[in-house]
Amino acid sequence: MERSMIKGYIAARVAKELKDGDVVNLGIGLPTLVPQYLSEDVHVTLQSENGIIGTGPKPSPEEAEPIYVTDAGGSPAMAGFGGCYIDSATSFGLIRGGHVDATVLGALEVDETGNLSNWIIPGKKVPGMGGAMDLVVGAKKVIVAMEHTAKGAHKILKRCKLPYTAVHCIDLIITEMGVIEVTPQGLLLKEINPEFSVAQVQAATEAVLIISPELKPMA
Amino acid sequence: MAKIISMEEAIAKISDGASIMFGGFIGCGNAHKVVTALADSGKKDLTMICNDASMPNGPDGDEYYGVAKLIHNRQVKKLIASHVGMNPEVAQQMNEGTLEVVLVPQGTLVEMIRAGGAGLGGVITPTGVGTIVEEGAHVHGKIEIDGKTYLIERPLRADVAIISGHKIDKRGNVWYKGTTRNFNHVMATAADLVIAEADHIVEVGEIAPEDVVTPGVFVDYIVQGGIS
Repeated sequence: MERSMIKGYIAARVAKELKDGDVVNLGIGLPTLVPQYLSEDVHVTLQSENGIIGTGPKPSPEEAEPIYVTDAGGSPAMAGFGGCYIDSATSFGLIRGGHVDATVLGALEVDETGNLSNWIIPGKKVPGMGGAMDLVVGAKKVIVAMEHTAKGAHKILKRCKLPYTAVHCIDLIITEMGVIEVTPQGLLLKEINPEFSVAQVQAATEAVLIISPELKPMA
Repeated sequence: MAKIISMEEAIAKISDGASIMFGGFIGCGNAHKVVTALADSGKKDLTMICNDASMPNGPDGDEYYGVAKLIHNRQVKKLIASHVGMNPEVAQQMNEGTLEVVLVPQGTLVEMIRAGGAGLGGVITPTGVGTIVEEGAHVHGKIEIDGKTYLIERPLRADVAIISGHKIDKRGNVWYKGTTRNFNHVMATAADLVIAEADHIVEVGEIAPEDVVTPGVFVDYIVQGGIS
């Protein structure tokens, strides 16, 4: 797969996991591409943890008022029609309280028990967890959307090496190679990108994959 | 009842070494005029409690947006925040050993502040269980309730809260614009002294009772702000 296609391919597959009416929080980067791939009959309510429920389309330069309205990445934003602005306690009550149906976020490492590490590389990068720890603990469905490896280095591990964002929190891992569900037995490969063989996906994964008897092509 | 004071009077109320809560999220909702005056004042050894340390450049291209000015001036000795990745000066000062940074999950931070303002003994949250957050100084311990494990986080208060509202009436009732209310609303409840910067100071009654977000009883002083 062309490198430039990977992010869109992953985002398009993530979009199929979202249902009409879902309240969804998207992490920065790749996850923000997801809405453009939603089918026409699926309308989701996007939440920005800094204080928007029902985030609207990106404002035009004339509409933007970044002194007053941003998204959680600090970019100009605005509530859409029917949306609202809330304070941070309400926002995280919404998140922690299970009112967010799905959160989509990237990862540095994930592991076969559903542990997630995505907020710190000790000694190198200490940006802070922001709202990530609350999101993965509180959202009903946690979807990790990421490239399968970091330039060839395994990211889907037997056990995360970096400090956890949360333990046993991931439901689904979607990469350019396949769709993997975290189950009590381990990581279940449910769909595979037809460009790759099962052996190739396993070679790119440190954890041992369980191959679903109903393995489907990723689409 | 809230009292309108000058910027000079407001800054004079803040001591070196004070712990200060700053509302705002990556600069959006920082009390920009008060923060600038505080930066100019040279007050030092501050403990800053803020979601983040803002970012080097603001949306209008201004340098050291919001609370980033205080980091840049090295007026902060301790920062309690959830995210500092947008301001590279934080990592730099951390590595030099001149700035202590305490990272707290965002939802926990806001709830610790809410508890501090609401007279609660702490926060019981599932966030951070099984992670290095468990080792934080603000964590009192773990507790199992009905089979689920939670962290007990201490409440958080400060000497001063510096908040920002779009319209503030002369009794201190606050209405916020856009996403600026973020941490401002809870921080107004959790400090011994609350200074609110108003883009517009309005007459009592101009904000309808049902539109008041932060009641004026929480606000001690109002200063005239306004986006420059």
